[in-house]
Amino acid sequence: MRRLWFLLLALVLVGCTAGQKPKPPIILATTTSTYDSGLLDALLPEFERETGYKVKVVAVGTGQALRMGREGNADVLLTHAPEAEKPLVEEGWVVDYQYVMYNDFVLVGPEDDPADVRQAKDVVEAMQRIARAGAPFVSRGDDSGTHKRERALWKAAGIDPQGQPWYMESGQGMGATLRIASEKDAYTLTDRGTYLALQDTLNLVILFEGDPRLRNIYHIMRVNPEKWPHVNVEGSRALVAFFLKPETQQRIATFGVDRFGRPLFYPALEQVREVEPSPSP
Amino acid sequence: METLWRGLVEALYLLLSLDPTVWRIALRTLAISGSATVLSALLGIPLGIWLVLGRVPARRFWLTLTHTGMALPPVVVGLMVALLLWRTGPLGFLEWIYTPTAMVIAQTILATPMVAGVMVSGLQALGQEARWQLLGLGASGFQAAWVLVQQARGALLAAVMAGFGTAVSEVGASLMVGGNLKGYTRVLTTAVVLETRRGNFARALALGFILLGLAFWVNAMLTVLQQREADPDS
Repeated sequence: MRRLWFLLLALVLVGCTAGQKPKPPIILATTTSTYDSGLLDALLPEFERETGYKVKVVAVGTGQALRMGREGNADVLLTHAPEAEKPLVEEGWVVDYQYVMYNDFVLVGPEDDPADVRQAKDVVEAMQRIARAGAPFVSRGDDSGTHKRERALWKAAGIDPQGQPWYMESGQGMGATLRIASEKDAYTLTDRGTYLALQDTLNLVILFEGDPRLRNIYHIMRVNPEKWPHVNVEGSRALVAFFLKPETQQRIATFGVDRFGRPLFYPALEQVREVEPSPSP
Repeated sequence: METLWRGLVEALYLLLSLDPTVWRIALRTLAISGSATVLSALLGIPLGIWLVLGRVPARRFWLTLTHTGMALPPVVVGLMVALLLWRTGPLGFLEWIYTPTAMVIAQTILATPMVAGVMVSGLQALGQEARWQLLGLGASGFQAAWVLVQQARGALLAAVMAGFGTAVSEVGASLMVGGNLKGYTRVLTTAVVLETRRGNFARALALGFILLGLAFWVNAMLTVLQQREADPDS
């Protein structure tokens, strides 16, 4: 019994010393692409060292990330769906809305390209070719940034793929969706980073790229403390500033070059951009 | 709190408005998990009986293995089934990956040890003594087993319920081998994951309530059966 008391006392003491002025953690809600690609693991330790804040990354779909921001369950959001972000900015749920970086989407599919997507002159025609050939296409179907873009492209192509026998919806992340497309010899729209990271295990090749409509833009924003007083104001300010400063932007520009021979993301700050993404046709 | 309330309201609305998508997902869930339950009962019940009443060498080892199987992590089962069924895998030629068949296989693997384990407990509760008594009265080994199994009909239904519970509530393996394809392999649990990822918390919760309702309904049917069997006079 006495030993138990000692143990409890020891725990209380440890708790006291550990609890000396800890900086409150920052919750960053972001899309799976920034986390799965390893970008955040490459950037955030530097931020934590510099500022002493701990960042808790919640990697979810853009839909859920924006919802978490709206409901005050996150401090900072890093997402890639400008059309869906706009209402949050306009209604004042988020502040300090900043353009951080971009990369691009590509159309991937089986090597033999049954829909002749390679011959398309722009992405809209590429989508029309897939629909005309009735070639299997796997959609994310999860309201993610990628899914929203795909829907916009179908709309631009004047096609409603819903209910078509060749159109599948996985409702899963990019990695799982690429795997399904690979197994089913199907086309899909993917961000370049996730595709490059998984390329070796997939029977899919890039069939169409470079259209300006395939640009994928990432914004960072703070959850408005006037709407949700409990957000970590100081921490979220520091994190947004960290993403925008030239050193971080430089690191974004070089991330992935050693592994894939090209960057996965291009920084918003033009001065530090070394390579442009694939040229427009 | 508000989300919880909205979830409940939306669940009622989805059910009463006969939302065809939701009903189809619920029926598909019942078909896939029901098939897995039947298969796991066909495998698990004889296995449980054999483990308790059969002449089993190293019985303790096999019992421990069965009980470990009750804690099989769904994602691990999903991964193993996926590795077998992917086109690059040894069973890839069957083209079963991302089909309901693959989900039935994975859920059966998960539910079988559960059925066998509950069956073992039920039979052991009757005790070895009953079996010796029967054998002493001149029953053959097979006859003794038959009488005991009839005594343990309650346990048998409990085992089936446990199997159904495991199959229907599992999500990791179903996502991995089914692919959560809309209108094809999307079931209630994988739909909950999807709606959560979309940020539709109320709808996700509503689907969760529907899943609970489905499990309640199936268990209620089985319980009625169990009570009737247990009390033949009523």
